[in-house]
Amino acid sequence: MTDKLSRAEQAREFGFETRQLHAGQRPDPNTGARAVPIFQTTSYVFEDPESAAAYFNLQEYGNTYSRIMNPTVAVFEERVANLEGGAGAVAFASGIAAQAAALFTLLQPGDHVVSSSALYGGTVNQLKHLLRKMSVELTWVDPDDPDAWREAVRPNTKAFFGETIGNPSGNVLDIETVAAIAHEHELPLIVDNTFATPYLCRPIEWGADIVIHSATKFIGGHGTSIGGVVVEAGTFDWSNGRFPVIADASPAYHGLRFHETFGMYGYLMKLRAETLRDLGGALSPFNAFLFLQGLETLSLRMDRHVENARAVAAFLDSHELASNVTYPGLPGNKYRPLVDKYLPRGAGAVFSFDCAGGRDGGQGLIGGLTLWSHLANVGDAKSLVIHPASTTHRQLGDEELRAAGVGPGTVRLSVGTESVEDLIWDLEQGFARVAATIGEKVETV
Amino acid sequence: MTDLGRYQDPLTIQRVLHATGTIAIVGLSNNELRASYFVGYYLKRHGYRVIPVNPREKEILGETSYPSLLDVPVPVDLVNVFRAPDALPAIAREAVEIKAGALWCQFGVINEEGARIAETGGVTVVMDRCLKIEHARYVGRMHWLGFNTRRITSVRAGLQ
Repeated sequence: MTDKLSRAEQAREFGFETRQLHAGQRPDPNTGARAVPIFQTTSYVFEDPESAAAYFNLQEYGNTYSRIMNPTVAVFEERVANLEGGAGAVAFASGIAAQAAALFTLLQPGDHVVSSSALYGGTVNQLKHLLRKMSVELTWVDPDDPDAWREAVRPNTKAFFGETIGNPSGNVLDIETVAAIAHEHELPLIVDNTFATPYLCRPIEWGADIVIHSATKFIGGHGTSIGGVVVEAGTFDWSNGRFPVIADASPAYHGLRFHETFGMYGYLMKLRAETLRDLGGALSPFNAFLFLQGLETLSLRMDRHVENARAVAAFLDSHELASNVTYPGLPGNKYRPLVDKYLPRGAGAVFSFDCAGGRDGGQGLIGGLTLWSHLANVGDAKSLVIHPASTTHRQLGDEELRAAGVGPGTVRLSVGTESVEDLIWDLEQGFARVAATIGEKVETV
Repeated sequence: MTDLGRYQDPLTIQRVLHATGTIAIVGLSNNELRASYFVGYYLKRHGYRVIPVNPREKEILGETSYPSLLDVPVPVDLVNVFRAPDALPAIAREAVEIKAGALWCQFGVINEEGARIAETGGVTVVMDRCLKIEHARYVGRMHWLGFNTRRITSVRAGLQ
C-alpha cells in the first residue's frame, strides 16, 4: 500500500502535447509494451459466469465483444475525449457512422433537429434523407444568424447541429452564441470539429455538448484509415424532460435508466451499449492504432498545415486567375473575428477558391498539377485538390451549382505539410494551363 | 458556494481507496437498477466488505442491513452516502461517533455543514464524487470503455 501511494498521481494539468502522446494509455500491465498493442480479437474470455453476467448487466467495466468495446479502440477513444475535454468518447467505423449514432441516441420518431445549412455534402445527405426515413423533421438555418437558430426551435426539437469550420465554404460557427441559444431551450449543441481538430479548437470549452470527428481526416492525418468518434461533455441534463429516450427506463436494456444510473456518463453508456451495439459500426482495432499514431503528432502537423494554408491562401488571394478565396484566416475574411476568438492558432487547412474560366478553368487547373493529389478526401499530410463541378457535383448544372454554394470554377484545397514553395510552384503550373485554356478560347471567339 | 475542490483532491481519493477495507453504504437501495446498487455490487466484487445502512431493508447484496451507522457492529473505514444533501449533518455526526476513517458523499450529496462536522471530528471528506468511478479510474478498468480518466502515467502497473 505504501508503495502504491508513493507513486500516486498528482492533480497536474498536463499540456496538450503531453496528452496527445499519453492520454488513454499506460504501459501494458501484462507485457510492459510501451506502444499501444493492437488487440486484434473479436471476443474476450470471461473469468467466471458471474463476471460475464456483471459485464452484460453493465455492473462492471469488462470486455465482452469487439463490436461494443476493444482495448486498442478504447485508448483512441479516451485520448480524443481527453484532448477535447469531454467525459468520454465512443469510436465508430466512419465519421458518418459516428454522426448517425450521436443523433440516433437522442432522437425518436416525431422529433426535430435544427442544423446549420453550411455543411459537408455527406452530412447534408444524412440529415436530409436518413432523418426523414426515421420520421425526424429538419430545419436548415443560416449559421451566422443567431435569430434563425432561436426561431427554428419547436416543442419537439432535440438538438442543434453545426461544423466548427464549414466544408467547403469556410464559415466559422459562433459556438458560444449558438450553444447559449441551445441551452436557453434546454437543447444540446452538436459540433463537427473535424476541420479544426482539438488542437485548434475545443468546442466543449465554448459550451458544445457533443463533438463529432471524422478521424479519417487530420486525426489520422495520413490518409490510411476511415473512422469517426463521438465525444460528450458529460454536463448536459438529459433528465430535463425533453429526452425520454435517455432518461426513461430503456426497453432495450431491461428497464435501465441510463442518465439516472450512470449520471454524467449516461449518454455515453447508451451510445455504446445500445446504439453501437445495435447499429454495429464498430472501429477496427488496427484503424484505431493508426489513428493513435496520427494523434501523437497532431499539434506538430496542424501547426505546419496552418502555416502552409496561410501561405497558399495569400498566394491565391493575390493571383489574378483566382477569386473568392474562402480561407477564414485571411485578414479581410468576414469570419476573421470568429477565427481570432475560436481558432487563435489558425483556421485549419481546407478551403476553396474560384478559378477563372469556369468549369474549363477549374478542370484545366487540376489537369496542370503534378504534386497536389486529385482525390475526394481532406486532412491528409499530402496536399489534396478536387474540382466539385466535375466530380462530386458533376450532375448539377451551373445554376444548381450556384445554389449549392459551388461555382463552376470552384476548386477545393486541403493544404498538406510539404515544402510550401513546391505547393505554390505546382499551383503556378496549373494556372499556366488555365491561362492557356482561356487564351485559346479568346482566340477561337 | 462550497469550495468542492478541497473535497476532490486526487491524492486524498487514492489514499482513501487504498486505506479502506470496510464500507458502510448509507441509503443503499435493494433495487438492482438504482445507482447505489450498481456501486455496492461493484465494490463487493472488488474485495471490499460492504455493509448496507437502510432501515427499510433487512438484507441487501447478501449482507445484513442496519438501521443506522450506530448499529453497525464492526469498525467502518469508509461511510459512503447516497442520501439527500440535508441528511448529511446527522450522518456526519454518526460517522464521527463510530470513528470512521472517511466520509464519501456521492454526486450531488453536497452539504457544507455535514462536511465541517466530519472534518472537525477527524474524518476525511470526499464530496460530489462517485466511489465506483474513482475506484475504476485509479484501480479498475474505466479506461476500457473510452472514459476520460484524466490519468497520465508511464508507470507500469500490476495485472488487472
